Amino acid sequence: MPNLKDLKNRIASVKSTRKITKAMQMVSAAKLRRAQDAAEASRPYAERFNAVLGALSASVGGSDTAPRLLAGTGKDDVQLLVVMTSEKGLCGGFNTNIVRLARLRIAELKAQGKTVKIITVGKKGREQLKRDYSDLFVEHFDLSDVKKLGYVHAQNIAKGLLARFDSLEYDVATIFYSKFQNVVTQVPTAQQIIPAAYEASEDAGGALYDYEPSEEAILADLLPRGVATQIFAALLENAASEQGARMSAMDNATRNAGDMIDQLTIQYNRSRQAVITNELIEIISGAEAL
Amino acid sequence: MAANVQFDLVSPERKLTSVLVEQVQIPGADGDLTAMAGHEPTILSLRPGLLTATGPGVEEQYVVTGGFAELSADTISVLAELALPRGEMSQEVVTDLLKQATKAHEEAHPDEHHMTQKFLADLVHIAEDLGFHTNL
Repeated sequence: MPNLKDLKNRIASVKSTRKITKAMQMVSAAKLRRAQDAAEASRPYAERFNAVLGALSASVGGSDTAPRLLAGTGKDDVQLLVVMTSEKGLCGGFNTNIVRLARLRIAELKAQGKTVKIITVGKKGREQLKRDYSDLFVEHFDLSDVKKLGYVHAQNIAKGLLARFDSLEYDVATIFYSKFQNVVTQVPTAQQIIPAAYEASEDAGGALYDYEPSEEAILADLLPRGVATQIFAALLENAASEQGARMSAMDNATRNAGDMIDQLTIQYNRSRQAVITNELIEIISGAEAL
Repeated sequence: MAANVQFDLVSPERKLTSVLVEQVQIPGADGDLTAMAGHEPTILSLRPGLLTATGPGVEEQYVVTGGFAELSADTISVLAELALPRGEMSQEVVTDLLKQATKAHEEAHPDEHHMTQKFLADLVHIAEDLGFHTNL
């Protein structure tokens, strides 16, 4: 049986752990609100953008002159996976879930005999994939000193992807991130971004538009922006998911710490009583011996 | 009295404005264009420039650097890559933009030089118009 002093120290340490997890939970609750607001604010742009691109690609996409970003290279031999995870841990299964989805895809593609290349965004996913797939890494984007996610960060990543596409380094690019549903549910998602898969809007009024300059020129101008827009949306979803996951993970941790403190306190009280009883027995038996 | 038209300006990071206006002057890639109610449905791409929305009781000016506009008879939506209210422009922002554009121009593929060159020139033009230094 551990002695009283040890137990007391143990209780104190669990209590301070609980304070930390509680504080982290509150911080991520505040950050989550901000992340959700940012995701909300980016939605009108993304929706409009996709609608216009949908209409455009429906009218131009079928032709032979369609840009390569839309039509693809005609092959799918070299697959680029962009795995987006967080820079910090302590967020439950958030990173692991994204990485698991990516691993499944890698195994699947390898079984089909395709070449796989990996770009990582965020340190945590890189660490998890490093053990098995470090030979497939081609680039890493570090967002650890980013305070507030901006469109420029997405543009940066998109620029890298597009440059590699132009130099024919891959045929298909897929991004892996976590979609935010609510605080307890984040859905790991794989989304193909190159070649672009835009759905035509229902009111197929695209053909009625005048284009200035030409349809092709606008499409060529917009497609690269579309890549950045999709990456930006994914980064924002990821940020919200990360905070949501951290919040629920820290909530659990706080509750577990509370349970542990209760248990330890009972143990402490029992030992204390045992010690007192022991002392009494010693005194009484000493007195009786006289 | 001209009919009013719904004008939305959004950038990837935020929605900047949504108001009823009479006309919007848009810096199109092929030249400026003033859009009013009843405009033919058009999609046009933007060059860096000043976007002016004039309406009943409002006159708003924004600096945009690129993107596109979707015009229809009763709505004008501008999707700008970067848009700032004129009042929020500062020397810092200008210097930053110019640095980026210069770098992009230097790194660009020779085939794209004319595009980056034009972008840079448009940027310098708008910056000088607004009274900022353009010497880096």
